[in-house]
Amino acid sequence: MFGFFKKKETDKAEAQPEQEVKQGLWEKLKGGLSKSTTQLSDGITGIFTKKKLDDETLDALEELLIKADMGVATAQKLTAQLRKTRFGKDITDHEIREALADEITAVLNPVASVLDFESAKPFVLLMVGVNGVGKTTTMGKMAKQLTQANKKVLMVAADTFRAAAVSQLEVWAERANCELLTGAENADPASLAYKALEQAKANGTDVVMIDTAGRLQNKAGLMAELQKIIRVMQKMDESAPHATLLVLDATTGQNAHAQVDVFKSLTAVSGLVLTKLDGSARGGVLVALADVFKLPVVAIGIGEGIDDLRPFAADAFAKALCGVE
Amino acid sequence: MFESLGNKLTGIFDRLRGRGALTESDVDAACREIRIALLEADVALAVAKDFIAKVRERAVGQEVIASVTPGQQVVKIVHDVLVETLGASATPLSLAHNPPVPVLMVGLQGSGKTTSSGKLAKRLKEVERKKVMLASLDTRRPAAQEQLAILAKLADVGSLPIIAGEAPTAIAQRAIEVAAREGYDVIILDTAGRTAIDEELMAEVKAVREIAKPAETLLVVDAMTGQDALNVAEKFHAAVSITGIIMTRLDGDARGGAALSMRAVTGQPIKFFGSGEKLDAFEVYHPDRIAGRILDMGDVVSLVEKAAAEIDMASAEKMAAKMQKGQFDFDDLADQLRQIRKMGGFSGIMGMMPGVSKIKNAMNEAKIDERVIKRQEAIIGSMTKEERQNPDLLNASRKRRIAKGSGTDVAMINQLVKQYLQMRDMMKQMKRMGNKNFMRSMNAGGLENLLGKR
Ligand SMILES: Nc1nc2c(ncn2[C@@H]2O[C@H](COP(=O)(O)OP(=O)(O)OP(=O)(O)O)[C@@H](O)[C@H]2O)c(=O)[nH]1
Ligand SMILES: Nc1nc2c(ncn2[C@@H]2O[C@H](COP(=O)(O)OP(=O)(O)O)[C@@H](O)[C@H]2O)c(=O)[nH]1
Ligand SMILES: [Mg+2]
Ligand SMILES: [Mg+2]
Repeated sequence: MFGFFKKKETDKAEAQPEQEVKQGLWEKLKGGLSKSTTQLSDGITGIFTKKKLDDETLDALEELLIKADMGVATAQKLTAQLRKTRFGKDITDHEIREALADEITAVLNPVASVLDFESAKPFVLLMVGVNGVGKTTTMGKMAKQLTQANKKVLMVAADTFRAAAVSQLEVWAERANCELLTGAENADPASLAYKALEQAKANGTDVVMIDTAGRLQNKAGLMAELQKIIRVMQKMDESAPHATLLVLDATTGQNAHAQVDVFKSLTAVSGLVLTKLDGSARGGVLVALADVFKLPVVAIGIGEGIDDLRPFAADAFAKALCGVE
Repeated sequence: MFESLGNKLTGIFDRLRGRGALTESDVDAACREIRIALLEADVALAVAKDFIAKVRERAVGQEVIASVTPGQQVVKIVHDVLVETLGASATPLSLAHNPPVPVLMVGLQGSGKTTSSGKLAKRLKEVERKKVMLASLDTRRPAAQEQLAILAKLADVGSLPIIAGEAPTAIAQRAIEVAAREGYDVIILDTAGRTAIDEELMAEVKAVREIAKPAETLLVVDAMTGQDALNVAEKFHAAVSITGIIMTRLDGDARGGAALSMRAVTGQPIKFFGSGEKLDAFEVYHPDRIAGRILDMGDVVSLVEKAAAEIDMASAEKMAAKMQKGQFDFDDLADQLRQIRKMGGFSGIMGMMPGVSKIKNAMNEAKIDERVIKRQEAIIGSMTKEERQNPDLLNASRKRRIAKGSGTDVAMINQLVKQYLQMRDMMKQMKRMGNKNFMRSMNAGGLENLLGKR
């Protein structure tokens, strides 16, 4: 239930001291999210001391959304809707927050999703994204949830470029208690991925997780390298990768649009992960991205620890963003 | 992908072509576009607001230069305010400290601290010939210490041996001791990434700072950072008093508005850019690289600059002729000072002479202090016409009178006279030697003297 992926009913029963874990995890999520959203909700509280929804209030509201990285266009769109339905009406602080949260939920609901790792065996997962967003960490967190659900997981250290990227993943493989395939420094990541699929097929691996080097979306050569990884894997398994996750950092501003746009068109991204929501950035850009690209959001990162990964819940995210209890 | 702000603004003002001064409503229309452009570039809202207020104040009522349109004129103003806010020139690292000079790197997770530490080490070694040691205080991210050790090897600099389980504060202490013992000039301390609201980790980096007493504390920030840049800069500055900013991933296509936000909120200079993953992809701050990226103003800025230069050309040419004849009086010096102040640099008369662009740049870099120039203008303003035309008249009693009139003192007047005499000699020398040889005999230090830089 608290995992980011679909589990069978039976898996749930075996999950560990659930009561206790769940409590701790949710507290952390709430702690993280409310820290990151107090500014937005405080702002709204400040504005709505008076009761009528007027131009000034709407402008201030638009600014608050902009400060959450929603972007000018999306912020205007959201406030325009409030204007249409509530302008001039008396409205309480709580009501305006709820109305806003409802609107955001309506945008996010269609993209809230989970991964179905049962849909293929081996299920091949490819992690992509710009530098430093949290690809490796997210993969480590996911691997742990999978091995705990008794999946046989193989991690692939296909970031053969960055210094100590392999050692970093070695630590995560140990933490998550799964296998790891590594290649030589500066080895061709595509042939490593191919080898991983070969190995996974031979030994009954359930999930193959491929970590890739961070790359900026405007670097054609590096993007082509990513396409090659996919192409080469498809020689072994036509349906691979079964999921390509683009990891986005909540601290990122409007460039997230370009990241999604380019990665999506060049690598057929199938889902998004938003990391670092435990920081002060509010990740509002996700609302704009959902509106424009409609890509599923499969998980959020709320810390550096192995348990700091959550499924993405639209209403909870929207409510937390708007400070609705 | 984006229409350049330059085009948008010139579009807005197209209908106004030919009018004299910019009116408030003209400027308002432009400001709306500027606001959107700034926000799309991820400039923090509060900073964008201040920025627009500055542009408005400067634009309303401003005379439009003949031969450019009002839109173009506003673009130039926007550009100028942008460069002023970002910082017109590079601020070098202050390494004036007993060796080993500690440099502390801080920032959010994944912002590029470790890579930048390696880049900085390489640069200090190769450009400044320093003996540099790298030490990682990142005990949190898996293999972070190993990552830095690999970079140290690549940069061919020293690296503090890793002791498993040692706490960050203890590593800082040991790093400084080892660096001192082994005769290092600079010790760069890389730290773990932390969110700005993580009180425990912020306390830790504060403790590290107290132990290391860094000469430079550099905040490393990703060029794609959004509105949170303001908050991050504020929090880190409050905790560890940053002395500069390194902006990474300028090789990407993010517009980098965070640079403006962070500079504005901390007042600290952007010192370096990271422009790639390799260790040599590291550049000294240059305002044009970042200004043109935040607000793409196309060719409009250079166009207006050219137009403004043409206007000054006539008077500048006249003066150049005078100078080359060796006739140069205080009236001319006052003219010069006015121009320097107006243009924010010494781009007037000197720029008109062939082969002088090097000097011009050196002068721009010499960071002219506007207050000094204003004071000097006041001094000249208190002279009589005869005194201005014949500086040899200035005896002690006249100097005292001028000092009183200009609210300065005799020492300042002597300094100005000395500066004037140097300049006059320089003109004469220039006439004798011809431009080429003259250039060779000049150096930037001499120029700084001439400009009254202190
Ligand atoms: N606070 C916080 N930090 C995170 C989160 N996810 C990852 N990080 C940190 O962000 C930094 C970069 O994470 P990595 O997983 O190495 O990112 P990456 O995308 O693999 O980076 P490269 O391979 O270097 O491109 C590390 O310091 C992580 O601990 C998160 O959800 N919250
Ligand atoms: N393209 C690009 N990547 C960079 C730059 N600086 C750092 N990186 C990459 O960003 C990622 C995180 O960098 P790192 O130095 O480990 O960040 P840290 O977590 O702040 O220490 C790595 O993949 C680096 O290769 C840069 O200027 N350009
Ligand atoms: Mg990685
Ligand atoms: Mg690091």
